Amino acid sequence: MTEPTITEDVIAAHGLTPQEYANILRILNRAPSFTELGIFSAMWNEHCSYKSSKKWLRTLPTEGPQVICGPGENAGVVDIGDGQAVVFKMESHNHPSYIEPYQGAATGVGGILRDVFTMGARPIAAMNALSFGEVTHPKTKRLVAGVVEGVGGYGNPFGVPTIGGEVRFHAAYNGNCLVNAFAAGLADADKIFYSAASGIGMPVVYLGAKTGRDGVGGATMASAEFDDTIEEKRPTVQVGDPFTEKRLLEATLELMASGSVISIQDMGAAGLTCSAVEMGDKGGLGIKLNLNLVPVREKAMTAYEMMLSESQERMLMVLKPEKEAEAKAIFDKWDLDFAIVGETIAEDRFLIVHNDTIMADLPLSKLASTAPEYDRPWVETPAAAPLGDVPKIAAIDALKSLISSPNYARKHWVWEQYDSQVMADTVQAPGLGAGIVRVHGTDKMLAFTSDVTPRYVKANPFEGGKQAVAEAYRNLCAVGARPLATTDNLNFGNPEKPEIMGQFVGAIKGIGEACLALDTPIVSGNVSLYNETDGQGILPTPTIGAVGLITTPDALISGLPSAGDFAVVLGATQGHLGQSALLAEAFGREDGDAPVVDLVAERRNGTFLRENGALVSAATDLSDGGLALAGFEMADAANVGLRLVSEEIGQLFGEDQARYLVAVHPDNLETFLSQAKVAGVPATNAGTFGGDKITLGAESAPLSTLSQIYRSAFAEKLA
Amino acid sequence: MKAAVLVFPGSNCDRDLAVAFRQAGCAVEMVWHKDTSLPDGVDIVGIPGGFSFGDYLRCGAIAARSPIIGALKSHVERGGHALGICNGFQVLVETGLLPGALIRNARLKFICRPVALTVETTSSDFTNAYTKGQTVTYPVAHHDGNYIASPDTLAALNDADRVAFRYRDNINGSAENIAGILSENRRVLGLMPHPERAADSALGGEDGADLFRSLAIAAVTA
Repeated sequence: MTEPTITEDVIAAHGLTPQEYANILRILNRAPSFTELGIFSAMWNEHCSYKSSKKWLRTLPTEGPQVICGPGENAGVVDIGDGQAVVFKMESHNHPSYIEPYQGAATGVGGILRDVFTMGARPIAAMNALSFGEVTHPKTKRLVAGVVEGVGGYGNPFGVPTIGGEVRFHAAYNGNCLVNAFAAGLADADKIFYSAASGIGMPVVYLGAKTGRDGVGGATMASAEFDDTIEEKRPTVQVGDPFTEKRLLEATLELMASGSVISIQDMGAAGLTCSAVEMGDKGGLGIKLNLNLVPVREKAMTAYEMMLSESQERMLMVLKPEKEAEAKAIFDKWDLDFAIVGETIAEDRFLIVHNDTIMADLPLSKLASTAPEYDRPWVETPAAAPLGDVPKIAAIDALKSLISSPNYARKHWVWEQYDSQVMADTVQAPGLGAGIVRVHGTDKMLAFTSDVTPRYVKANPFEGGKQAVAEAYRNLCAVGARPLATTDNLNFGNPEKPEIMGQFVGAIKGIGEACLALDTPIVSGNVSLYNETDGQGILPTPTIGAVGLITTPDALISGLPSAGDFAVVLGATQGHLGQSALLAEAFGREDGDAPVVDLVAERRNGTFLRENGALVSAATDLSDGGLALAGFEMADAANVGLRLVSEEIGQLFGEDQARYLVAVHPDNLETFLSQAKVAGVPATNAGTFGGDKITLGAESAPLSTLSQIYRSAFAEKLA
Repeated sequence: MKAAVLVFPGSNCDRDLAVAFRQAGCAVEMVWHKDTSLPDGVDIVGIPGGFSFGDYLRCGAIAARSPIIGALKSHVERGGHALGICNGFQVLVETGLLPGALIRNARLKFICRPVALTVETTSSDFTNAYTKGQTVTYPVAHHDGNYIASPDTLAALNDADRVAFRYRDNINGSAENIAGILSENRRVLGLMPHPERAADSALGGEDGADLFRSLAIAAVTA
């Protein structure tokens, strides 16, 4: 079969710039074949090569005594003691989800689960952070319904509990929704599997589902802006099959336990191309593939299509040759395809043979190592103008404006569509701060959270980046967990615009500083750029996923206060209202600067809370919405009233950082406050839990009335 | 006492069910769906939750035609106990070991949350540790838990006191709020809610533990 001729249009359609094409000519000393051009475009697009972000990602702290494996593999690996490790990562599936919400979200979940079990870990928890356009935008309802159903439609059958996440709405996401999927798994620390191939002449084995034409060019699509041709891109979205993935999980873990696996890589973005190159490159080897041996779903697929297909639920593996029969038997048991499709070779070549014809013959190491890297021009985000006067508002009305907004209303409409209990180790399901699962067969627990406040990042990328890490840190401390490490999912607009690149650089600097100060290294992550439609970018949204460890049940801090408990605020309150939830929801304003994050105070206050958890009935972190919203959420969850003494709007709704709301039994109050004083942690007795009303200063409203608003607002606007 | 837990491709509560049986004092063996016989001396067969065969065709329909189902039927004919939870209930209905059918939830959405159930009968080995009319809380997690049956079947279930659990609030559209039913000999129970997810205080509830305890005792003395 003759391949299409390479023209300027063909090059542009592959997302390659004329300079990048010139580099290809220089590397090869000849013109590439069409298949080779496809392989280059797959390896060099933004999604796979991180060409705009690499320079800055290198500045992030990624090491620590707890880190077994940092960024660069399928997922990060962190020590949790007793010879066990938690393996986790967060990854976006933004572009596909906007085009085709159900399948986009479903395959996003499938991809991140595969990243985790490729490392040898059984997935034990999932989260997802979702950002949508305004509720009134004509596309929003359909996107929310489709994405939520897709997340559940994949995670539920797969059998991983979805225990947390975020859902936000903002006009800046009208043309680009964000779907950030997190997964964590459990493995023995000495049985982690990596992608580097080793040994010459070792069989390269294809596992899982058959290859079809779905998703061809998906990674290139995900590296471009949207315009009005978006409907034409639907075929670039993959189609998920959670049933196959569940079988692939079980078969892969069985195969790993049998000792047959030398190295393994899942086929995600850019499928066969990316996985084969990665295994060869990391192992310093070449790879030869015979495409006639690849299990295919459709007849007459070309080499180009097979190399660029993003069909889901596939793995590539280098196998010990003597274990071939045993390995095949395991895959036969699970009714999955198993085919030897090639071998490792000594020469630095990526050799693709199809119908006895060489379709690609490329220097393998150069595919990865010579990928372009750009130092994109950037400008610092200008300092935010000072906050103007805040209009007067009655405190209860202010609270109502928050809890009736889908941004702050209770989101059970979403999370009840996810199985949060499967595996029967869920200690804390969604709805109350961090999600918590028990480490199966032990008393240990792992806590998970994902956080970012995009308004802050837009106003002040540096402080906003710090804040995302700090809030995640706080959510873990609030349940008594020791924060271990983080994963970052960096969603931004077009990096070729210096102001967008400036947001990215600022946020990375803030994230790096916070991760260093809080000892929560970044162990994995993902960058999603070009989240723009017709030139309109999203709010900068660097989602931080964080994992913490609770070593004994005694250390667990509840989120449910009891009547009679005092409501104590840990941390200092100045009443910062710039970029606050109150301004946005009550007045439709997004002005002022983001709150400044004092990382020393964050660490001191969080450590104090964890170390004094035994004196505390319940705790929650204070973030957007401030004391009043956090207090109300606790009261609603425990169905117990709350009286907060202050009626000052800044005290109640200010978003100063490094703060917690803690419920303390009267018997423990004196000890708790004196311990706080010794530790240098500001602690203010702000009110009491009890009764059946929410009282803010001189005003009050029945808890049941407010709970009714809080629990129905989301479905009223989105169902 | 010995329990066997059937494993189909797509089962995902098999381990959870095995843990609950073990906590109740049972020895547990996992049995692959392609097997054609149960291990010797099995008293109870557990059919776990999950998405056997991806819920393709109809929930439980393909699993109900698996090689192991013949052995399950013989076990039940001999008077052995069987417990089907969630997808396991769907499988039992598809095999004909229990009457009726389970269709898509009335609101067409997956539902995962703890729900209050009324124990309708204590005259079964699954429910004799409860009191009649007692409220217990088990989590549900299903997309297809809407129980339907013909008026005759519903009448027969009611007349013979074979409704084991009803939902306090009808969350999924089930006929007469039915959440779980017993076979004629009262030794097969199918239910949509998950007692195995409510059998450990660390996970927020122990209401389900009594079901496994009483079953383990009964199976041994049967």
